[in-house]
Amino acid sequence: MSFLSYDFMKNALVAVLIIAPLFGLLGTMVVSKKMAFFSDALGHSALTGIAIGVICGVKNTNLSMIVFAIVFALALNEISRKVVVSKDTIISVFSSASLALGLAILSKGGTFSKYSALLVGDILSITKGELLLLGGIFLVTLLCWLGLSNQLLAISLNTTLARSRNMKIHLLEDAFAVLVALVVMVSIKWVGILIINAMLILPAAAAANISSNLREYHFFSIIYALFAGLLGLWSSYYTNVATGPMIVLVAAAIYFGTYFYAKRFQ
Amino acid sequence: MKLIKAPCGLHCIKIVDFGVRFGEEVLFENVNLHVHCGTLTVLIGPNGAGKSTLVRAILDDVTHSGHVEFKDRENGHLQKIRIGYVPQKLNIEKNTPVSVFDMMACYHSKVPVFIYKSPRMKKRILEALSLFEAEDLIDQQVCNLSGGQLQRVLLAMAVMDKPNLLLLDEPISGIDANGSLLFYKTIDELKRKFDMAIVLISHDLPYVAKYADQVVLMDHGVVASGKVGQVFHSPEFQRIFGRGGSEE
Repeated sequence: MSFLSYDFMKNALVAVLIIAPLFGLLGTMVVSKKMAFFSDALGHSALTGIAIGVICGVKNTNLSMIVFAIVFALALNEISRKVVVSKDTIISVFSSASLALGLAILSKGGTFSKYSALLVGDILSITKGELLLLGGIFLVTLLCWLGLSNQLLAISLNTTLARSRNMKIHLLEDAFAVLVALVVMVSIKWVGILIINAMLILPAAAAANISSNLREYHFFSIIYALFAGLLGLWSSYYTNVATGPMIVLVAAAIYFGTYFYAKRFQ
Repeated sequence: MKLIKAPCGLHCIKIVDFGVRFGEEVLFENVNLHVHCGTLTVLIGPNGAGKSTLVRAILDDVTHSGHVEFKDRENGHLQKIRIGYVPQKLNIEKNTPVSVFDMMACYHSKVPVFIYKSPRMKKRILEALSLFEAEDLIDQQVCNLSGGQLQRVLLAMAVMDKPNLLLLDEPISGIDANGSLLFYKTIDELKRKFDMAIVLISHDLPYVAKYADQVVLMDHGVVASGKVGQVFHSPEFQRIFGRGGSEE
């Protein structure tokens, strides 16, 4: 356990212990609701949020990033309800437009390299204060999940059926989108824009391969996320490779493992 | 099927002046239906006639005009109506880890299904499933059920709360002929053994002729309604389905 002799490694370990279960939990619904593309677009919108913050002279661009992501998520929901075009197309149009806008603003005057760290993330730079914020988000997500997950599942299976049980469809869908936006944005600095979606999708998709009910699904998704997070962190220390990609590689290996296991034995 | 509570024939449900428009386009208007407990009302009509939308409007799933009146004639008071609904299909992919228990519990319970399988809920669900001889499906994955099995599960789920009105949206698509017959027999039994009114959307005219108590022909509004014979011999029916329809 020599890698824990550094404070930054200890902080990173705690961060992984918070972020991984969070992503494992939310990922189950993102996968079930076929929202992988939506969460991917959300991740990319981080750059636009920062760019808008820079233009408006906001000191803390994290704040503008979170606010923009929430507005972006709600706008995507609203537009996909109103427009007849397929949801994938709408998300793609808005995602690429906003990403291009963010890149255009941030690259003006050749300053983009300042922000390129965001693309792969750096979990080793996390501070104690930021860990507290992550812990707070973790609690909020857990509470929301206890209260909302049944209804979100009900809506994902059939909206009219959910409506017949007096569920507030739009409100619940928006709450989930905001929750995903919040979790993605507070973790994106540590995980990185390019791979954050993999953290959300891979553990849940791997769990879906071998689970037959929701309890197994959530359990395995969280366990896989934790395992990938810890093994990724540990191995990145010894191989001197960025932590985020290492975690995703482990998660991908778990996915393929479960895929072939399920094919062979189920 | 166990007898829950025989229909008293006294409850009546009125769909009053229903109308739905999408922007400028009027899908239907002035739709009035009158259904009693213990009867089967079947909505028929060409595709796009507004049948499914009417059902969604009754469930408040689309913006509409008009209202639902539920009268308990025994004391004449208006009561809050409970509506059960059986959808046409579920939005579920292959390989989705949602069991029949999970699905039924998520619509009927606040206890988070992802953590805990409540024994009380399990008992309620088993009771509902047993009405349709489907108890052994409780731990199956919903995405692996056959068309007929899924239909029985959805019916069990819809009658769990003992609704006053049961709405079924074309549930027979994707079911073979044997399954269809079984389905209509089940509905027939339901209507005699439960105290509720049933409204069904169907394209299967021979079965409609055999089992419906009341038929409502829709084509952007109600164009004919009444007993099977009345509707099947109406000029509107001939116009929409041709002669072949009535002969089937």
